[in-house]
Amino acid sequence: MPADMPTPADLLLDVQDLCVSFRSERGTIRILENISFTVGQREILSIVGESGSGKSMTSLAVMRLITDPNAIITGRIIYKGRDLLQLDARAMRDLRGREIAMIFQDPMTAMTPVYTIGWQIEEQLRAHQKLSRRAARARAVELLGEMGIPAPAKAATRYPHQLSGGMRQRAMIAMALSCNPSLLIADEPTTALDVTVQAQILELIQRLRQDFGSSVILITHDMGVVATVSDRVMVMYSGIIAERGPKPLVLAQPSHPYTLGLLNSIPPMHGARPRRLPSIPGSPPSPTGRPAGCPFQPRCDFRFEPCGTRPPLFANGEQEASCYLAEKGLPDWPHERAIRAEGRQREGAAA
Amino acid sequence: MSDSVIDTPTPADLSGGGMGEPGEAMAAARTRATEGPWRAGLRKLMRDRTAMGAVVVLILIILACVAAPWYAQHVSQSDPFQSNLDGQITIGKNTLDIMQADTGGLGLGVTPIGPTWRGQYFLGADDQGRDVMARMLYGGRNSLIISFASTVICLVLAALVGTVAGFLGGWVDTILARLLDVLWAFPIYLLAISLSIVLISKGLQIGPINIPSNSLLIPIAIIGVVYVPYVARPIRGQVLSLARSDFVLAARCLGVPSSRILFRDILPNVTTTIIVFAPLMMALNMLTESALSFLSIGVQPPSASWGTIIQDGEDLLYTQPMVAIAPGLAIIVTVLALNFLGDGVRDAFDPRAKLRVGKG
Amino acid sequence: MLLPTLRRLAEMIFVMLGISIVVFLIFFATPGSDPAARIAGRNATPETLAQVRHSFGLDQPLPIQYIKVMEKLFISRDLTSFVNRGQKVIPAVIEATPVTLSLVLGAAVIWVIFGIWVGVTAAATRGTVIDRGLMLLGLVGVSMPVFWVGSVANLITQSRFHDTWLFHWVPGLGYTPITQNPWLWFKSLIIPWMTLAILYIGLYGRVLRANLVEAYQEDFIRTARAKGLSETRIMFRHALRTSLITFVSMFGLDFGALVGGGALLTEVVFDLPGVGRLTYQALQNLDLPFIMATVMYSSFFVVVANALVDIAYAWLDPRVRDAR
Repeated sequence: MPADMPTPADLLLDVQDLCVSFRSERGTIRILENISFTVGQREILSIVGESGSGKSMTSLAVMRLITDPNAIITGRIIYKGRDLLQLDARAMRDLRGREIAMIFQDPMTAMTPVYTIGWQIEEQLRAHQKLSRRAARARAVELLGEMGIPAPAKAATRYPHQLSGGMRQRAMIAMALSCNPSLLIADEPTTALDVTVQAQILELIQRLRQDFGSSVILITHDMGVVATVSDRVMVMYSGIIAERGPKPLVLAQPSHPYTLGLLNSIPPMHGARPRRLPSIPGSPPSPTGRPAGCPFQPRCDFRFEPCGTRPPLFANGEQEASCYLAEKGLPDWPHERAIRAEGRQREGAAA
Repeated sequence: MSDSVIDTPTPADLSGGGMGEPGEAMAAARTRATEGPWRAGLRKLMRDRTAMGAVVVLILIILACVAAPWYAQHVSQSDPFQSNLDGQITIGKNTLDIMQADTGGLGLGVTPIGPTWRGQYFLGADDQGRDVMARMLYGGRNSLIISFASTVICLVLAALVGTVAGFLGGWVDTILARLLDVLWAFPIYLLAISLSIVLISKGLQIGPINIPSNSLLIPIAIIGVVYVPYVARPIRGQVLSLARSDFVLAARCLGVPSSRILFRDILPNVTTTIIVFAPLMMALNMLTESALSFLSIGVQPPSASWGTIIQDGEDLLYTQPMVAIAPGLAIIVTVLALNFLGDGVRDAFDPRAKLRVGKG
Repeated sequence: MLLPTLRRLAEMIFVMLGISIVVFLIFFATPGSDPAARIAGRNATPETLAQVRHSFGLDQPLPIQYIKVMEKLFISRDLTSFVNRGQKVIPAVIEATPVTLSLVLGAAVIWVIFGIWVGVTAAATRGTVIDRGLMLLGLVGVSMPVFWVGSVANLITQSRFHDTWLFHWVPGLGYTPITQNPWLWFKSLIIPWMTLAILYIGLYGRVLRANLVEAYQEDFIRTARAKGLSETRIMFRHALRTSLITFVSMFGLDFGALVGGGALLTEVVFDLPGVGRLTYQALQNLDLPFIMATVMYSSFFVVVANALVDIAYAWLDPRVRDAR
């Protein structure tokens, strides 16, 4: 284990072999397969992937918010030494909102429309702490102010639909932080917002670990967001981990072709703009139609013989990827690309 | 029982990112598109056991009512429209009066015979000594005819008014919508009572058409008209939103004539709504008919309907309760079957329809 | 908040005007026979007919007739019955109003409480036998003719089981004013209340269940769970509170329908001397002025009640409050 990996004492969350599947009429559908990751104290972990990759499902599993009676959840979710999957409903409820809080993509639909912002924050405070209404309201207003909402006392009397998208998301974050949670799960917190507001919200999330000492799991499909805020990255694809590692390493030299594809699809900040941004052809497989072996191989430019069997996670230093190209050191993409091109030429000549 | 709304969230709902089975959903949509919504809906309906059970019950009830004359002639062997105060029947070795002298009290009045549970006077006699079972079958005919015919009238009128208002827009829509608003706010039974009492007191004469006050057409027309706003308002809203939808706008920009838009894009949707409404409206109309007949402003004597027989049975309630109970049960079974069928039709043709057919 | 209220009140007045015109046209302009003959009732003498023609101005144009009728109904309130020679109609209606209100309000309380109970229980146990059973019972309730339910209730409580411990407390048919004997008032109304409420309990239970199940798909329920709230709190403060909005908007319409429909039938069956039974008696006598008065007054009551409910509805949903 590398020296600067969080030691077990620093570990806040340790997810091991998390599997989620659903019983259906046509047999069991596997949604998440053997997801393992850790979150250290005051760390920001980004989980990235296309829609359908299972990133949101992972966060809901951690919160134990999958209520479908047909869901089967196995593995271990160790939070501060306790396995969340073993907790009874009451203990879990006590943990939610107090220890682990969550914010959602669209704060318009995620807040109950018929109550004021202040009421909803008070409700969470009073669910976990013994507070008078007056004290809860004071704290709610204080929180709204800390989130950068102007005239917080007035904002607290507003209904969700009366605020702008950015203000709503700030209110949502204020509500999530009201009980000083150790872990904040943010599920696509900026997707529904304007670009300028996005930047403000990301800055706010980054500030949380100084001001509130919270760790954050940030779920996003946007590599730009990952580049801005996170410490470590986990790339998910079709219910499995494609790649994970410290952000600078993964961004500098990805070791999974899917990560490479995601990075290539960000417009470059400097230099000439490409005429057309490269994209990954095709779409992710449905959970029932996952290919045997590597699930990415139908869309992969670099597939070769071993891809027919499911790759394990290969470690290169702190960086791990489930790709056979990463088996012997970090892959050299231009070199690999040249090999494939040559191979295709040869096939063409032979035909 | 299949009750409308989706129950448990699917994986797709939970992942938030559309984790479901896009491939399969698309494939299903494609088969649906090629098959046409009608056949797909019908097939779905055929698979709905509750709805099919309801259909079987309805068919049995209809057959029984169709067979009323046969029953009166061969089974009950009496004219259900003729009083029979002095008649007698033989059960086994005993000969009984249809109208039996009271044994209690002063022994003055008479009580009609109770259910014999045999061919003659199966459910007993009413206060005119008539066979209740035979009257029920005849009454059922009227109840079914009135509720069916009034449903047809209501749906046709509502489709017409709703489509015209929604599609033409402008002042036509303003006037029709306002009229619907007024009628909508008018309590159904009060409207029906006003119309009934006026028409029943002297009948209706419009030019050469003369409808006598005891015609079945009067309750049919009244019940058909009073519920029009209930159906026309949703249809108007639907047509309005379709007429403003992007695909109709696109069609207009391409120069597709209005009539073609009306027939290709709008009417098929309206028809689906009508089909979904039909069984529920018929259930509602049957209840309304029975209520009007109970108030003696529906079906007029000597004709009978289930409602009038309940009314006849009111006076015999404590002595021969079957006279009032049996037609009530017939109404409940029929209306319940129609409601079950209605649920099935809604699930099959338009699962997202939010119909709310209450009692007026 | 003030402007939407005023707008709703203006709408209410428009609808009242519309209804009064519709009623007038039904009673005075239905093609066929002489309206005077209808109004005077069966076997009216020529003198009565002439009197009717004169007092309603039937030889004058329709708008004048309309104004005369409205004046008789709402201003001078001296509309008289010709069948029941000279009986003043409006005082009789006003006298009967408390009975109808007692019946309707009590039934509404029962139906709202039990409707919510059925809806919440079914939604909380959705997919189980309890849910299916409740929904089936609800559908049966919706499918029963109210007057038949009343008759059966009478048969059970007044006759067949009256002498058992279960129903010996049920007083005979009829009504006692609350001012005279509140306990007897309650006892004589409890069975009619339940009769009237049964239908709506089924209907409202089913609608509320569907709304609640839909509400449970909403994001804000997930947020409420993520906040660590109890399931009970989520159901009552979040799911039910948002679903109640539909419930209330429906309530206005049905409360009105109740006054005109169900209550009338229930009053007849239970022999309660309310506006409904007056209407029924007038129907038997073909007493058109009387019916016109009860229809007009009841409809107006319903329209006003609807407007009040709509205003309450705007108050319940902040989104509606702002949208107008």
